[in-house]
Amino acid sequence: MADNKQDLIDQHLQDLNNDGVDRRGFLKCMAWAGTGLVWTMSGGIPVSRAFAKGYSKDAAKSGDFTFVQISDSHIGFNKPANPDVTATLQTAINKINAMPHKPDFVIHTGDLSQLSKPSEFDMLDQVLKGASAKQIYFVPGEHDMLSDNGEQYLQRYGKGTKGTGWYSFDQKGVHFVGLVNVANLKAGGMGSLGQNQLEWLENDLKGRSASTPVVLFAHIPLWTIYPDWGWGTDDSEQALSYVKRFGSVTVLNGHIHQIMQKVEGKVSFHTAMSTAFPQPAPGSAPSAGPMKVPAEQLQQVLGITDVNYVVSGRSLAVVDSPLGASSPSASAKENKW
Amino acid sequence: MTNKSACIAGLVAPVMIAVLMLTAASPSVKANDAANAEVKIDNFSFGPQSVTVPVGATVTWINRDDIPHTVVSTDGVFKSKVRDTDEKFSYTFAKAGTYPYYCTIHPKMIGQIVVQ
Repeated sequence: MADNKQDLIDQHLQDLNNDGVDRRGFLKCMAWAGTGLVWTMSGGIPVSRAFAKGYSKDAAKSGDFTFVQISDSHIGFNKPANPDVTATLQTAINKINAMPHKPDFVIHTGDLSQLSKPSEFDMLDQVLKGASAKQIYFVPGEHDMLSDNGEQYLQRYGKGTKGTGWYSFDQKGVHFVGLVNVANLKAGGMGSLGQNQLEWLENDLKGRSASTPVVLFAHIPLWTIYPDWGWGTDDSEQALSYVKRFGSVTVLNGHIHQIMQKVEGKVSFHTAMSTAFPQPAPGSAPSAGPMKVPAEQLQQVLGITDVNYVVSGRSLAVVDSPLGASSPSASAKENKW
Repeated sequence: MTNKSACIAGLVAPVMIAVLMLTAASPSVKANDAANAEVKIDNFSFGPQSVTVPVGATVTWINRDDIPHTVVSTDGVFKSKVRDTDEKFSYTFAKAGTYPYYCTIHPKMIGQIVVQ
């Protein structure tokens, strides 16, 4: 197990684009928490940037459209790791509203609530109502389906979706698929999509041109990050086999409350930070769970986490760089991580 | 006022002693107390992971994590509501057997109760 873990970490730490982000820097990066990610679709290549103090006016200049991913707001959580998760979600929404380029929509990748309570969902709705982007797409986290097999979630956020809440939509030539991997989980297992959803996904993608950029989003990572903590999806490989023929695939997840990324062929995987609290890096603590960090560390985090996806030959490569940098190579040098 | 309080205290003490004596005298209550077991939910795990109890024992789970968990029998025998921090769930095992269970929110968390 120890070897596997090291391999896993090495995999995350490899310098994919010779960008000068060293091992230590990446580890620091992994421990950070923030509020959300902005994605710009630029010719089918997604570019993401974490929230910082301001936005470059150039950020979305060449992009067809922009969307924001937020995740794990856990409304109702009130433990020491963050006694006021509503306030930090509000901060995230304020950042979205301050963007110079209004995003087309927001994606929330689950764990909207802490305990699936109506009052928690009400509070979430109230905060999200203030977002400048009126269209918000959701997928449920395990915290949103706690007591009623997700009935309430479906009524509130999943109208018109299939099964436990999966669906797809198109935005300016990009095909988005929201998947549910938190329902009907089996003892001893990780996340699960289930046969019905897999069949639906296969059909949904069938007949689409291989040049269509595809974005898959789900709560639990669709790649195995750390099986001991259940940070993966048992049947994700089958789902990913359906997207192999596409030229650009981006997979967006939450659940682990920290940025992790991997590129495999034409598929880029990315996990988002939480708006509520950070969790430890895989294997760095006895278990997953809310992690208390000094307040000033949280403040730093909100300022400078930034991720770009750039084309490198036939596949996508990941470069970490600060906001507003003119080119990835220059940005790597300026990287404060 | 002082006299009244003293008077109540005087009444309460013998009653309590009587209750304690009754409890001690009842063999069924005593046996169950000894046989009952507690399972702590801590760091996303059930501890002890396997517990052996006699028929009729009550097992109580208590969640010590900052995250909600559930205690659900894999075979559908028992099912807790969502247990948040410090909340408990108890189940009394009337039949012998092995009862595997897990947390439906974090299914990597598994445990079992062996009833003999």
